[in-house]
Amino acid sequence: MMDYINIFIKSVFVENMVFSFFLGMCSYLAVSKTVKTATGLGLAVIFVLAITLPLNYLLYEYVLKAGALTWLSPNLAGVDLSFLSYIVYIAMIATFVQIVEMFVEKFSPGLYSSLGIFLPLIAVNCAILGGSLFMQERGYSNVGEAFTFGLGSGIGWFLAIVAMAAIREKLAYSNVPKPLKGLGLAFIITGLMGIAFMSFMGFQL
Amino acid sequence: MDKETYLKPLFKGNPITVLVLGICSSLAVTVQLKGALVMALSVTLVTAFSSLFISLLRNTIPNRVRIIVQLVVVAMFVILIDQALKAFSYDTSKMLSVYIGLIITNCIIMGRIEAFALGNKPWPSFVDGAFNGLGYGMILVIVAFFRELFGSGTLLGFQIIPASWYIENGGWYANNGLMILPPMALILLGCVVWVHRSIDKDLQEQ
Repeated sequence: MMDYINIFIKSVFVENMVFSFFLGMCSYLAVSKTVKTATGLGLAVIFVLAITLPLNYLLYEYVLKAGALTWLSPNLAGVDLSFLSYIVYIAMIATFVQIVEMFVEKFSPGLYSSLGIFLPLIAVNCAILGGSLFMQERGYSNVGEAFTFGLGSGIGWFLAIVAMAAIREKLAYSNVPKPLKGLGLAFIITGLMGIAFMSFMGFQL
Repeated sequence: MDKETYLKPLFKGNPITVLVLGICSSLAVTVQLKGALVMALSVTLVTAFSSLFISLLRNTIPNRVRIIVQLVVVAMFVILIDQALKAFSYDTSKMLSVYIGLIITNCIIMGRIEAFALGNKPWPSFVDGAFNGLGYGMILVIVAFFRELFGSGTLLGFQIIPASWYIENGGWYANNGLMILPPMALILLGCVVWVHRSIDKDLQEQ
């Protein structure tokens, strides 16, 4: 149990997707203009990360890893498909996002109209693919850990984009040097928030 | 094809500072100049060749499934680069870790395919992809130059700041540890945007 809490806390604060790995920066900068839309995209990212990570974990363990196909037949013990991992992960993510989009459109048109445009964006959000690649690199030991890591990373990303949107809403009323307005200032603020998040470094339960 | 095609992606339409594309996978690789150069080269190759291929296929791809076709083409080139790096330069590949894989979701590539390669002939698409990759690489190299010079006192691994200047050797100089930390990349990039927009007033946001 402690392991799960540790992974969760670590992925939300210490190894925050935005502040320490710069993942998902494109949509983070583009969609953080108002808190409402930022919340919508943030929730969608949490959902997609929490589902695709365990799925990709299973794919890696039972199909891609060296010797992973042994459960199919002992003759396949020497097969190593790990070079295919990028293409399999991205196909998995794109397919999942497409399915979610169709489901949401069919069963909850209200949610679709508020979230709709962000869903396709998520397929190319690097935080999602990044999550799967980190999961592979760090070698989590079971599906539960992969799920916790996905959920935590998603919540970390959500926190970052909502905080940023709140700051930018306030900034609209302040007097900023013209060349710095918008993008330039957004970068610098993210940098400062990143320095603040570094105080969590080495934090462990 | 006029000069615009070459020059626009480098300055007026720079993918990072103007179009805000491809920031995701770029900043973590700028601690050292070497990583930035390898990343810049890889992204340029991937953007150029995937634009070329998508442009060749543009009349056969059904519109509804185009995203997944694009992702598969891009992923193929990224796998080639990843395997080549692992084979010929394992240290660099370890240093860049997941960021090579993340070229797949680099928005510059998808952005150029959607905006340019789907509607243009192969050769202009190739040039457009290549120069957008170079525009991206240029910013990476600028950021990495300052981070490596002030953060470690070296460039491409060679000592630039004389060793006798350091406090340990009785001098007055110390490396700026902040430069090596991830948030500094963002702050430097903010400054690059600031300088760029002071020079080119058309780009300022209202």
